[in-house]
Amino acid sequence: MPVSYFLVLSALLFSIGVYGVLARQNAVLVLLSIELMLNAVNINLVAFSALLGQTGVPGQVFALFVIAVAAAEVGIGLAIVILIFRNRQSVDVEEMSLMKW
Amino acid sequence: MDLLAQGLQLGSSVDWHAVAPDVILTVTACVVLVADLFLADRSKWLAMPLSAAGIVVTLVAVVSLAGQRRTTLGGAYEIDSFALLLKGVFCIIGLMVLAISFNYFRTGVRFQGEYYFLMLCSLLGGLVMSSARDLITVFIAIELISVPGFVMTGLRKNDAKSNEAALKFFLFGVLSTAVMLYGMSLIYGVTGHTLLSGIRAALVVGRDLSPAARSAVGISVPGDPIIVLSVFFIIVGFAFKISAVPFHFWAPDTYEGAPSPVAAFLSTASKIGGFVGLLVLMFTAFPDVADVWRPVFAVLATATMTVGNLIALRQRHIIRLLAYSGIAQSGYILVTFALIDPASPAVNSQALESALVYISIYAVMDLGAFAAAIAFARRGGTYFIDDYAGLWQRSPVLATLLAGFMLSLAGAPPMAGAWAKLFVFLAAINAQVYWLAVVMGANAVIAAFYYLAIVRRMFLEPPEIEGPVEVPFLLRTAMGAAALALFVAFIYPPIITTLAGGSIF
Repeated sequence: MPVSYFLVLSALLFSIGVYGVLARQNAVLVLLSIELMLNAVNINLVAFSALLGQTGVPGQVFALFVIAVAAAEVGIGLAIVILIFRNRQSVDVEEMSLMKW
Repeated sequence: MDLLAQGLQLGSSVDWHAVAPDVILTVTACVVLVADLFLADRSKWLAMPLSAAGIVVTLVAVVSLAGQRRTTLGGAYEIDSFALLLKGVFCIIGLMVLAISFNYFRTGVRFQGEYYFLMLCSLLGGLVMSSARDLITVFIAIELISVPGFVMTGLRKNDAKSNEAALKFFLFGVLSTAVMLYGMSLIYGVTGHTLLSGIRAALVVGRDLSPAARSAVGISVPGDPIIVLSVFFIIVGFAFKISAVPFHFWAPDTYEGAPSPVAAFLSTASKIGGFVGLLVLMFTAFPDVADVWRPVFAVLATATMTVGNLIALRQRHIIRLLAYSGIAQSGYILVTFALIDPASPAVNSQALESALVYISIYAVMDLGAFAAAIAFARRGGTYFIDDYAGLWQRSPVLATLLAGFMLSLAGAPPMAGAWAKLFVFLAAINAQVYWLAVVMGANAVIAAFYYLAIVRRMFLEPPEIEGPVEVPFLLRTAMGAAALALFVAFIYPPIITTLAGGSIF
């Protein structure tokens, strides 16, 4: 399969993620959208790695690091979301406006 | 047995002296975390001297490498004078932040031990970033800087502002990482390398090949849409980290909501980490495609300086003022990126040198200003600038020190901030980018208004509250040392310029 199929798929995923980040109001869904963007990156990396064959190992290593870091980030993100839910019984991003300008 | 042999071989292929500073800091962080478990509540503060000792040993390891040039981990990790200078700067930031944090966390906030552990981890990210010469290492370093930052920002668990600050910082931070990674994945696909030197070589080959040969090899030209796109994504990702306009919205809110010493840390270590990453990528991986990204930086620098300064004019809260002033200062550093010229190594080295001088001086003066603000806000004091009225009559020393930091941030003598601005200005003149030099000059004038307004309020207005401001010993030491360093560097600038001057990749 040509690599362009994978690139289009990942571009679509990335765009859906960006849309989700901008349009969603629930903090958990924003987090989920960011995960989509990170997975788009992984698809890119793995596709390029497969394309490069023998010399493509760094791409796979990169993808593994991205997966590990994404997991760590989600852990911290959910912790922050839970903290906010405890303090205000809501995880609506639009309501986060104690500080402006 | 085979695995063991392989492991040993891997161990001996690492240049342990080169990675010693990072290893020492890692060990320190782990020791602090474990020690915190066993310390009783009233002796938790011991985590701070422990961290300080670790950073001092790290600094010794950095100094022991002085003048050397080493490459290890397959070229992904490099020790040169650029890396060493920045590692030194990070260590000094670490020590100053510890001094600023101590009384704040000892009296006010829980999670002392955790705070020091997270701070050390974030600092470690800065040290790794200074030496990173590989996309993967750069990515890991920037994450190591940011991720503990999210937690530190939200450390005041029951404070709604702290929660909100943490969430904003987290969402913007992770979003910027995703955008940056997408750019990195594309550039990896185009060049087939994650090593920055490999990326540069591939891009140069692509530039020199004929179109037919290019399509045969499968390498793109600079200016190809995919290269423009990926470089642009990487720049946007880092622009969030360094809070460049228009990606700066999170910074003032995060700094205001975070515990103030954490804000001081974020506005120096975290921001400088982003700048180091950008410097490494732009100067070692993409200098030959500078035509693509130079205009982006010119626009970013202009917008960042101007917007940062204009919004700072109307701030009433000292931390928010420092946040916007920090954004404007980022703009001055961004100017150096807009000067890079693939054809002229002299211009490039001057741009890099002025960026390093600016970064080093900015770290010290910004931390000094934060320390003064924190000292003033202790014990029922406030963060509002109106309350600084008549500080000269209440606490002459604190007023003088704060005035010194404000003058330095404004770029006025007799503080080193003047040289920082002047060097960037001269670099712009030398590169014949006159319009950016003019923008810089105009912005320095706007900035003088709000910096000097604080000085005027402290010295010329009568105090509304009587009585001196009590400043603890460590805060006093930190501020005194910072002010002294800035003054000495003003009198004798070679102290910093010789260190920065040798730091060409």
